[in-house]
Amino acid sequence: MDLDALAGCLSSSACLVTQTTSGLIIGMLLFLVAVGLTLIFGVLKVVNFSHGAFYMFGAYFAMTAYQLTGSFALAMLAGAAGTAILGLIFERVFMSRVYGADVLMQLLVCYAFVLIFDDVVRIIWGPEFKSMGMPSAFQVMPLFVAGGVVPPYYLLLIGIALVAAIVLGIGLSRSRIGKVIRAAAHNPGMVSALGINTGLIYGGVFALGGMLAGLAGALAAPVRSLTPGMGFSVLIESFIVTVIGGMGSILGALIGALLLGLIRSFGSLGFPLFTEGLMYLFMVIVLVSKPTGLFGKEAA
Amino acid sequence: MTRTRRPGISRRSTLALMGAGAMTFAAPWVARAQAKTIKVGMPTILSGRVAQLGTSSRNAVMLEVEKVNAAGGLAGRQIEMVIRDSKGQPQEAARVARELVNTDGCELLIDAEASSGAFAVHEVARDLGVFCIHTNSETSALTADPKQHIPNAFRTARQGVHDSIVGGSYAAAIAKAKGLKKWATCSPDYAYGRDTTAEFTLYLKRFAPEVEIISESWPKLFQPDYTEVVTKILQAKPQALYSCLWGGDLTSYIDQANIYAMFGQMEVFAVNMADYTALTVVKNLPKGIHSGNRYIKTFPTTPENAAWGDAYKAKFNEYPTNWSWENATAIMLMAEAAKKANSADGKKIAEALKGLTIKCPFGADGTVTMRGDDHTLVGYAIGWGTTIPQEPYVPEIKAGDWKTIFELEAEWKKSKGYA
Repeated sequence: MDLDALAGCLSSSACLVTQTTSGLIIGMLLFLVAVGLTLIFGVLKVVNFSHGAFYMFGAYFAMTAYQLTGSFALAMLAGAAGTAILGLIFERVFMSRVYGADVLMQLLVCYAFVLIFDDVVRIIWGPEFKSMGMPSAFQVMPLFVAGGVVPPYYLLLIGIALVAAIVLGIGLSRSRIGKVIRAAAHNPGMVSALGINTGLIYGGVFALGGMLAGLAGALAAPVRSLTPGMGFSVLIESFIVTVIGGMGSILGALIGALLLGLIRSFGSLGFPLFTEGLMYLFMVIVLVSKPTGLFGKEAA
Repeated sequence: MTRTRRPGISRRSTLALMGAGAMTFAAPWVARAQAKTIKVGMPTILSGRVAQLGTSSRNAVMLEVEKVNAAGGLAGRQIEMVIRDSKGQPQEAARVARELVNTDGCELLIDAEASSGAFAVHEVARDLGVFCIHTNSETSALTADPKQHIPNAFRTARQGVHDSIVGGSYAAAIAKAKGLKKWATCSPDYAYGRDTTAEFTLYLKRFAPEVEIISESWPKLFQPDYTEVVTKILQAKPQALYSCLWGGDLTSYIDQANIYAMFGQMEVFAVNMADYTALTVVKNLPKGIHSGNRYIKTFPTTPENAAWGDAYKAKFNEYPTNWSWENATAIMLMAEAAKKANSADGKKIAEALKGLTIKCPFGADGTVTMRGDDHTLVGYAIGWGTTIPQEPYVPEIKAGDWKTIFELEAEWKKSKGYA
């Protein structure tokens, strides 16, 4: 434990700025993955254990597109669009067959695809780790804000994730499609009876969830190494986020992810040997005091 | 649909019977051919996160075995390699090793496992008495600890303590010249990371006593994000950083530290940087990272080493790794020992191997020696240098001095109670 370092940091503006932005970056990427997970659970009532694979595919699609075109924007687009299509196919062909089935069955299907997707990546891109490289536009000196260090790429990353969060939040609560999606989550039978194609909605939600994870992978590709199986550790942290925030809650995923990011960035100063443990400890505290998560709804 | 099974001999079993018959008749020829060949078993890691290293071990072994076989084989017997995947799991490595000897009839073993698996295979070698060369485990205790010593096992990998002595003295010289007193460390949180960092700082402080470690970070092995570690180190404002992160972890760390412009703010010493697996993957390799040599075809700067690196690249379309040269050396030593003993018998090869010096592209002076008293490789090329973003990546490497290594190693062994 190094509480002096933590106290020293909290009293210095430079350190506060650096650590807070570092927490926001970790949190925002996590949010993009976790929100897809929570969205799919909220509407489809399945826990998508293969969600990490979409993060992985997003990163690989982005790397390949970047190598082919040299355009960062196209790389991000490829990561997001590619995983959206993949998500749609995956849902229509496989997941739609196990709705209402035993949870164990859903788990088995998802886990099988975790292994299959990892091997697909191994076959296409090879088993060794890869790096996409930082686009030259972002190879610039970091900004100095109040003495703290803020890399411009991370500002972009936080910005994109924030936009995604706002669009999602408003879209789901205000737009007509959002209302239909929420209705389908509550009472799919009634929605279907009203002549709305629920299969399309389910496929769309799965594609959206996959796309968000893919976007996170694409955004992370320039700074994280790409390997088969890279989605796994992200998936575990996303689960912690959804458990803390409440399964099915978008606001919960945002708050949970940001809290986790800040715990990591400040925890590594104060509790360097217990940073991982702090995350789990926080999860336990939330679960004990509010078992449905911070923003989860009580079961009726 | 239910399958119906007609009585009598089905087409499948007829085929199986015919196959078995053919095997029985062919067997004498196969057996006669086998009497000439000698099977060498090799457990290594061919799947999972370090599969690339295991594959590069296999490649290097095949490259050398081809040469030995072309030159008449091991004391007249052609080598047949039997290579199996251990998936990087120690219990699996031990099982595979045992099976290779007992079931497949391998007479010699090349143990191309990482440290965790190597200790397990070592016990199998102890139990079965089979000749065994450990090619990848760099953990010093494997040969330095007399309790581990058995007459039939050897090591052709570099040794952790050698690396630490050379790295520590190299870093101390730079620390003194540039006045680097405040150091931070950042290494993966498992046995290798902890031990290697401790040994490095031990020798760094010994050669430069004014050095002080002001910050330590221990990220998890295979952690995807290091942002909080990077910013923590930036906060501590050290003058230099030591890291033994490796592979994809190291390249992630560099990419993430790069956008914080970390490499301009401190001297970075990353022992595992100068390996082609990392050098060729990092897109924006910063200039001036200090690294130990792992395998690089320009060090030692000899035509033999360059030719070996190029031949490997020509055959496998990628550069060799640290594990490649360690495995190639094992085959070179084994072949030379068999020639000296004029036998492919494990016991005789082991006897001939003790203290054997051979010409080798990876030797500091063109030769390497299998030290007789602790069965570990010495005299291999070992040094540190700084990186540039394009080939040859590490243009000038300062070679470590083996005389100093021997002195300090002896002292270290005493302090550990090994000698």
